[in-house]
Amino acid sequence: MKADVMVIGAGPAGLSAATEAARHGLKVMLLDEQASPGGQIYRALARNTPPPAGAPDILGEDYWRGRPLLDAIDQAAVEYVPGATVWTAETDPLTVGYLKDERSFLRAARSLIIATGAYERPVPVPGWTLPGVMSAGAAQILMKAGGAALNGRIVLAGSGPLLQLVTCQLLKSGAEIAGLLETTTTKDYLAAARHLPRALRARDLLRKGLEMRRTIKASGIRVHKGVTNLQCHGKETVDGISFESRGKPDRIEADLVLLHEGVVPHVQMSRLLDLSHEWFEPQRYWRPVVDEWGETSAKGVFIAGDGAGIDGARAAEASGRLAALQAAAQLGALPNAERDEQAGAAFAQKAKEQRIRPLLDHLYRPPAHIVCPEDPSTIVCRCEEVCVRDIHACMETGCDGPNQLKAYSRCGMGPCQGRMCGLTVSELMAKQRGVTPDEVGYYRIRTPIKPIPLSALAAMEADEEVVAS
Amino acid sequence: MVGAAVAYGLARAGAHVRVLDEGDTAFRAARGNFGLTWVQTKGLGNQPYFELTRASVDGWTALAEELHEVSGIDLAYRRNGGLVICIGDSEAEERRRFIASFKQQAGNENYDCAFIDRPELQELFPNAEIGPTVSGASFSPMDGHVNPLFLLRAFSGGLKRHGGSAHTGHAVKEIRRSGSVFEVRTGDHTFQADKVVIAAGLGTEHLARMVGLDVPVRPERGQVLVTERTSPVFPYPMSGLRQTDEGTVMIGATREDVGYDTGTTVQGFAGMTRRAIASFPFLAQLRLVRGWGALRVLTPDGGPVYAESESHPGAYVATCHSGVTLASMHANLLPRWVLENRRPSELSTFGPERFHVQPAA
Amino acid sequence: MFNRRPEWRADNQPRRVTITLDGMAVEAFEGDSVAAALLSANPVFTRRSPVSGAPRAPYCMMGICFECLVEIDGVPNRQACMIPVRDGMAVKRQVPPPAVNAPAESAHES
Repeated sequence: MKADVMVIGAGPAGLSAATEAARHGLKVMLLDEQASPGGQIYRALARNTPPPAGAPDILGEDYWRGRPLLDAIDQAAVEYVPGATVWTAETDPLTVGYLKDERSFLRAARSLIIATGAYERPVPVPGWTLPGVMSAGAAQILMKAGGAALNGRIVLAGSGPLLQLVTCQLLKSGAEIAGLLETTTTKDYLAAARHLPRALRARDLLRKGLEMRRTIKASGIRVHKGVTNLQCHGKETVDGISFESRGKPDRIEADLVLLHEGVVPHVQMSRLLDLSHEWFEPQRYWRPVVDEWGETSAKGVFIAGDGAGIDGARAAEASGRLAALQAAAQLGALPNAERDEQAGAAFAQKAKEQRIRPLLDHLYRPPAHIVCPEDPSTIVCRCEEVCVRDIHACMETGCDGPNQLKAYSRCGMGPCQGRMCGLTVSELMAKQRGVTPDEVGYYRIRTPIKPIPLSALAAMEADEEVVAS
Repeated sequence: MVGAAVAYGLARAGAHVRVLDEGDTAFRAARGNFGLTWVQTKGLGNQPYFELTRASVDGWTALAEELHEVSGIDLAYRRNGGLVICIGDSEAEERRRFIASFKQQAGNENYDCAFIDRPELQELFPNAEIGPTVSGASFSPMDGHVNPLFLLRAFSGGLKRHGGSAHTGHAVKEIRRSGSVFEVRTGDHTFQADKVVIAAGLGTEHLARMVGLDVPVRPERGQVLVTERTSPVFPYPMSGLRQTDEGTVMIGATREDVGYDTGTTVQGFAGMTRRAIASFPFLAQLRLVRGWGALRVLTPDGGPVYAESESHPGAYVATCHSGVTLASMHANLLPRWVLENRRPSELSTFGPERFHVQPAA
Repeated sequence: MFNRRPEWRADNQPRRVTITLDGMAVEAFEGDSVAAALLSANPVFTRRSPVSGAPRAPYCMMGICFECLVEIDGVPNRQACMIPVRDGMAVKRQVPPPAVNAPAESAHES
């Protein structure tokens, strides 16, 4: 059975898109890789509960704000499939292949809304593959989904709003923070200052940011600024982190190191579909090119939420609604005039959320020494253990693109399929060649975008739910 | 791959060599390569092709050692025999007939290949149970396998070591004679050379015409799959199935006439996977990590083309379907031809004129 | 690596399940991902790299990095961070078989 609208991802963008599309009588299918809805931001929200009055609210009010989205999807006439891993998709005809309980299904759709969000920019520093080194978001996931109060000496390093938030959440949970190492420089503050007036019109968001800074300051934890030369140490597991703070070398003993340098759009799906992408210089990532509704270079294919550029959860919710409205209009379920009328509030909400972005994008610019690691022994591709040195060596023998690099070195060929090394590889090659990463390009992404058992692949045509195109 | 081998061979022989190549996303036939050095199915009905193939594979061990030395890259070359697995009785019957015909053509001694039955086949694979419908296989000690990606890298490294250079992002727009030299124009650059070797895969036809040669080639798409790593299970490579040195299992390859489309299809993936699982049922629980489509180069009779232009002496063309198997020949025989101005007798039947012979009235 | 705070959950006293890690019993909460359950047991590492044998543990916890690959009920290379625990689940850490060498690394020494 063909879906009118296929939504991939049940975070804020996907949930609001699916709910909105269903409201217009469309047959909606919502695929999500997780076992319960909410995406990363509202992860495990359905089974968590706000603390009683007086007790510290560790996860914070923004987390509990996702509840109406979950309630809405519960009520909506949507075929919601949790635990579904999308491994292939094509635009002509519009088809999505997914894996559920180790079986594969192929489903056709008239519209596709990709709401696969963002993930944390990999932070390739020496020693980042050691057990005990994680992304800051991973620690947050343990708090949200595992009910975990992290123990041991924790060091957080990097930059970005999420790093601040996780620091505050850890503080509230009573964790022992041995240090916060900020890579943000004075230059970043100056560059960000000119975006302050616009951000002032998003007073709420600005206030929250300042509050987090105050909380951190008041806690008395050691904060090091202008940090460079990060290096994680340890044999079988991390035992410390060394760095320079404003040029002065230092080292902190740690049991857990949390790295973070912002989040980047998850472009695996949009790359697979060969959609147009553009390089976003302030945050140094690629994002799919979309119009005001989120429609991509392929007709009927939309990106909603952070997958089209990082604007945060509330903007994602609005963009999901906009994509669904346009899809409904294109499918004849909604006259254009009504679409425009109903879109007004969502456009306004998205615009409001976006006001603070230029400030954040410039204040928390990923530092050059992180996006383009200099230490030759730094592992870039974690799966195949390809180092900076290896990439330079390949380039010396005439290899100057990421796709040739794969063939030369296996870089990007492991199970993560380039998610962890793709950006770094393009940056390293760009620097070596003296051109922009956009000119170097990115890995060509192909099916399968997630590993799939051969048994499921072989049984493809036998599945009853396979829709012949 | 053909160009890399010839360039390496020329540089090693002391020539001053420049390689002009397209950019990062060019149609590189080498990408679709399965990594077999394969003799047992090559040249039934074309004895010179069989002889050329076998001679090339006989030179492979030396090539692998030489490249290891010059580039530091271990190509993981093994020549311990290869198999074609048969499923069902008709495939077995067909394979037996094929072997018999080949032996008749090439001579029993020269064509070293035998049909083996199920128990013999299972003995060769102590760690991998064969499927219930497998009816046997042909086994030839002539065959082997190698890491084709490392081969390409080793040729590049070796080229550089011998003083040659590679220029990527230089798709050739024009080749012309200018006095005693050739001028090769790529976008903004023009390179001069005494001799030019065209080994441009699917681009060969277009470039060969610029030096007065008519070399018809067409693309054949091959989809290839690679699984996650697993413990050693396949001690021998098979047609369409081999385990790489790092432990992944390669499954291939489709043969499709779809023009210049390098895409992949779910149907293609499913078909290859089903055949692989029929051969070895345990594969069902491995995961597919990567899959891709690449365009191979096909001439009208499937054989290679080697020629020097009559109208533009000093311009050569080399193209073939089996760039890995024939690599040792490309790195040895072809450079000799180019540098000594004398066509080796082994290559006399591989000119493109064979495609343009008018049928006798 | 962490202490449990069941009072954060709506059900307050989530159902406990037991899985095994390399044969040793590990207590977990229903709804945990396998990766979270493993980390709660302080396993030091959760796999060894098939390339160099270096110890690894989950990095992203959200299905991106594939560092949490483990064998679950006999099936290798499963993403522990994406799979919920089930009572009686048998989890094994993956260590590379000795015969699989590291050509990528040796090749890069040039």
